[in-house]
Amino acid sequence: MVLNAKEPFRFYSRQNLTFLSGKKATDILELLDGIKEAPDMSIYHHTHHYLEQHEFLSPEPPNDFAYWVTNVLHDKLVGEEIASLDLRQYSTISEIRQRIIEIIEFSINQNTEHFSRKSPPGEEFHFMSARSFVFPTKYIANNLIEFYDCLKKVTINSVFYHVFEARLFRKIPGFCEWLLSSLDEKELSEEICKLDPYTQTMENLRKMLVGLVETRLKVYNYGFA
Amino acid sequence: MALLDDYEKFVGPEVVYELELYASKLSGVIVKNINSTKVGGGVAEILTRMIPILKELRVNAHWDVIKGDDRFFEVTKKMHNALHGQNMKFTQEEIDIYLDTNERNADQMELNGDILFIHDPQPCALIRRKKKGEQKWIWRCHIDFSNPDPFTWNFLKEYIEQYDLSIFSAPSFARELNIPQVLISPSIDPLSDKNKDLPQETIDSVLERFNIDKKRPIVTQISRFDYLKDPVGVVKVYHRIRKYIDCQLVLAGGGATDDTEGAKVLSEVEEITANDPDIFLLLLPPSSDMEINALQRASTVILQKSLKEGFGLTVAEALWKSKPVIAGAVGGIPLQIAHKYSGLLTHSLDGTAFALKQLLQNPSYAKMLGENGHNHIRKNFLITRHIRDYLLLFLSLLHKKEDIVYL
Repeated sequence: MVLNAKEPFRFYSRQNLTFLSGKKATDILELLDGIKEAPDMSIYHHTHHYLEQHEFLSPEPPNDFAYWVTNVLHDKLVGEEIASLDLRQYSTISEIRQRIIEIIEFSINQNTEHFSRKSPPGEEFHFMSARSFVFPTKYIANNLIEFYDCLKKVTINSVFYHVFEARLFRKIPGFCEWLLSSLDEKELSEEICKLDPYTQTMENLRKMLVGLVETRLKVYNYGFA
Repeated sequence: MALLDDYEKFVGPEVVYELELYASKLSGVIVKNINSTKVGGGVAEILTRMIPILKELRVNAHWDVIKGDDRFFEVTKKMHNALHGQNMKFTQEEIDIYLDTNERNADQMELNGDILFIHDPQPCALIRRKKKGEQKWIWRCHIDFSNPDPFTWNFLKEYIEQYDLSIFSAPSFARELNIPQVLISPSIDPLSDKNKDLPQETIDSVLERFNIDKKRPIVTQISRFDYLKDPVGVVKVYHRIRKYIDCQLVLAGGGATDDTEGAKVLSEVEEITANDPDIFLLLLPPSSDMEINALQRASTVILQKSLKEGFGLTVAEALWKSKPVIAGAVGGIPLQIAHKYSGLLTHSLDGTAFALKQLLQNPSYAKMLGENGHNHIRKNFLITRHIRDYLLLFLSLLHKKEDIVYL
């Protein structure tokens, strides 16, 4: 039997407005300084917007810092290290920023050759930021079946919001939190928490989420057409 | 005039729902747009289409234009070129003409409304009439600002920094300013003559009119005859691949009658084409949107071999038609093409020739690039996204403090 949730799950969605800082970097040291000084929403923008903007493309490299270091400075070592950053293990933007700073500082301490690499004119790194607008959608789930149905129907931005933004900014619950706290679905919640959403397309991520919920519903003998 | 329902079939109901939601939060807010012309040019084109949609969304949007004599528009044309990077000197008389014209317009216009949305440099100095209070002033820059002439930039900066916020079309156009700068990319309208679906008969008739063979591959570049669009390079690319592949080249763009540099570029292109019957140099009048649409739709591969580019919306137009595109990795083009996924980005003549051979010889790869490109444009570069950004921008003026705004 599928139980009703203690609290219904309201699907939210979001859109971003991108702000330009006017600040730019032409080499790895300027990039490092910029990362240290940038507001949190700037670090968030540069590590997450690609996933959303290219929702049909498996992100590689997955963030702007890695892309620029690899493709403009042609510093494949540092670029690969930033690209390999496991964002899933960090729960705040400050932690992500700190880890990127550590990677760059460690690399430039090892090899001063990094300093000589300059971006060509017109290919500087431009620091940007974002303001996020979060709004409720019409989709509300009172139990796991409704959650499953909504998950298939909501926009990809809504999936993005609950998987990435809700986790990092914590004002509205993500999927894992709700499944655990309102439905006592400990196992399903853990499985969803374990997914690495940073290495796949958004639609693929949705398919995986739907698949996990579907598997769970089969335990309740919920019939699928 | 096309309205929201007409766009829903392209973008889906959720996008329209979102626009309605944002607009509902702007109830009672009056937005006044001001530019320098009602017809001609990209700004007038986009406002002509946007204002009715904003009104349908019940945003209280208005549009007014400043008036000026020939001398004023000569000065602003010079200013435009200077902001694009040409070195220019302005006399005190020219500066006075610019400021006096703005002043006279400010006297004659009603600068009322909650948000004054000023487009491009021509009416920028209207900001001198900004009063202390709740009214917000936005300056929207539609032009390439990556390398402005320093004198002109410093002159204009004094006025820009009196605005509450500025908008630029590409990250590289951002400047160090003491006011917030927002990135809003331009967009294409899927229902305009340049982009709407065309029946095959219309496409065929355009090809017939220009004697282009529809049975053989067609490689096209749509652009002005301008050194920065590298039409000579395009012909050289064609010559390299023509040895291996039987195809035709179409170079189509606006006329060059009043443009001395354009005429020079065209004559260089004519010289290098040497009357090749498979190269079509088409000088089209400004009212040729349908012809350009048909030529793009008839093409096998589309090139945009720019050496420098503002945003390069011809790329979005081509991708919208699901065409495989090879383009220079300059200006706003990398925002529109993810290399090897939604098109090919190149940096040289050899690279472009190689990419063109690849696509002409691998139709399934070319098709995949075109389809991915179409999806990318649908999501990021249609007019509905542009309107969404404007609505969010207006909302951001009402929620100044928060990084995350809960609506």
